[in-house]
Amino acid sequence: MKSFNGKVLFLDRSDINTDEIIPARYLTEITKEALTPYLLEDLELAGFDAKRDIAPAGAVMTRANFGCGSSREHAPWAFEMNAMNIVIGESFARIFKQNMFNCGMMAVELAPAVIDDLMARFSGRETELSTDLATGVFRFTAGDESLEVPFEISEFDRALVEAGGWVGYADTHY
Amino acid sequence: MGKTIAEKIFESHLVDNPSGDIQVIRLDSVFCHEITTPVAITDLQARGMDRVFDPSKIKAVIDHVTPAKDSKTAMQGKIVREWALRHGIIDFFDIGDNGVCHALFPEKGFVRPGYTIIMGDSHTCTHGAFGAFAAGVGTTDLEVGILKGVCAFHAPQTMKVVITGELVPGVYAKDVILDVIGRLGVNGATNRVIEFTGPVVDAMSMESRMTLCNMAIEAGGTCGICAPDMTTVDYLWPFIQDEFKTKEAALEAYSTFAADVDAEYTDELVVDVAGLVPMATFGYKPDQVKPVAELSGERVDQVYIGSCTNGRIEDLRVAAAVLEGKHVHPSVRGVLSPATPTIYKMALKEGLIEIFMDAGFCVTNPTCGACLGMSNGVLAEGEVCASTTNRNFNGRMGKGGMVHLMSPASAAATALTGVITNSHIFTGEA
Ligand code: SF4
Repeated sequence: MKSFNGKVLFLDRSDINTDEIIPARYLTEITKEALTPYLLEDLELAGFDAKRDIAPAGAVMTRANFGCGSSREHAPWAFEMNAMNIVIGESFARIFKQNMFNCGMMAVELAPAVIDDLMARFSGRETELSTDLATGVFRFTAGDESLEVPFEISEFDRALVEAGGWVGYADTHY
Repeated sequence: MGKTIAEKIFESHLVDNPSGDIQVIRLDSVFCHEITTPVAITDLQARGMDRVFDPSKIKAVIDHVTPAKDSKTAMQGKIVREWALRHGIIDFFDIGDNGVCHALFPEKGFVRPGYTIIMGDSHTCTHGAFGAFAAGVGTTDLEVGILKGVCAFHAPQTMKVVITGELVPGVYAKDVILDVIGRLGVNGATNRVIEFTGPVVDAMSMESRMTLCNMAIEAGGTCGICAPDMTTVDYLWPFIQDEFKTKEAALEAYSTFAADVDAEYTDELVVDVAGLVPMATFGYKPDQVKPVAELSGERVDQVYIGSCTNGRIEDLRVAAAVLEGKHVHPSVRGVLSPATPTIYKMALKEGLIEIFMDAGFCVTNPTCGACLGMSNGVLAEGEVCASTTNRNFNGRMGKGGMVHLMSPASAAATALTGVITNSHIFTGEA
């Protein structure tokens, strides 16, 4: 099972699309590793600097409809290759969310008010996420401030995370 | 309680219900292209699982960048080509026979009402125009589809979009769907199937229905669906005439997939198109939509006519009617990509290609090309393109480039003037 802990990268905008996550010009790559340097290359967002912000991060927090646009699984892979295995947001585009769990990664929804609160408290600060999958609790820590937030994922999504993704799951079930 | 089209299709294809509302369904077809399939193939090989569940149910095409533009795209093609050969995938379309997947596969008769189809491509929703459930998926879903012939989805929820009134001349399916996306928003149909119904849809050709369903994903929809009717049967007749004695018999069989009158929908949107005018996008999201008239005068550098949205014969006819006897503005580069070889040949026979060429258009081979900014008309930084495609994301047609989505008629009119233009000034319509 993958790690769902690490520094949080805050992307405070809705509708971040898959072209912004990994532009189409890199779809000619046939290995996941080759995508590593291009994650979020076309994302223009105040305060965000891909070179400075990506390498230290292990998790992403964002707003609504994250991952809309194309079906490219290159988007989760680009995160995976940068050791970011979890995205937390208000909502996700269907295919992106499915792709994340299919790769044994997580796309977790929290209520808009909770995201608001977390953004207000932690965005702009060095924030560490630790995920307890067994109890369904996130712990966010910045300096001496710490906050626990419960989360839910479906039984099936949990089975995918535990199986390391859909290929492993399907191969044992069908 | 009655069922929607998607619910009926799922019910007839259900393999497993592992937990909650997750339904694993049997697939009638798995479609493949050279951008998302090579990674699936190499991953399956690495896992020691280089198998296919049924070579006759896998359809593959090299369409996004063809002929290859560099060594990397050549390698993508090679991987798919060798894989198709290795596994006896007969329905594989390469140079000379290839075209944009969502235009080519329906034309070959690979889609039937009630089918379940996945493809590693978000615009797979196009095939719902035939009353099928067709969804774009990522590479892992594609891998499992290729290997096992199944895919997992949440139980389908359906939103109903009823299109009433009558389209005025000069206003097309593209204008309707842009208007609908403007109303729904890019997230308005997420996790739902959009069932398009109403008199306007009933009167539409299969080509126009495909344009509608093609853009369901731009509102977040899993699939767009139109109920099968006589128009569907007429289109499919060359492929199904051995299966059914009469067209009526075919329609009766397909009608089992029509929605029940008491089917439950999550939401319903009624759009009266009587007053609808030509529409276009103005920003970097497909729900940023305005009447073309409000954007008129905005300069463009390129006009692109093609793609799985509007590169079909009907679209070429409409654009050619606007262009006939005229020439594109000297500051505009016009690019036409007929979506398939069959469309290309029809356009040649009908004299449409000549009209485009006389108007100063460059006519390319059938391919996705500039639509995704990989070849055949990539924009330079700061350039603007009026395009009949489906996505206007920042940089979609090239880094720093901007795209205005519109109908073939509006795009053709824009090519003539060099600024965004309503086609009615040339045709006297709308
Ligand atoms: S024409 Fe454009 S939208 Fe359609 S399949 Fe090709 S790249 Fe995708």
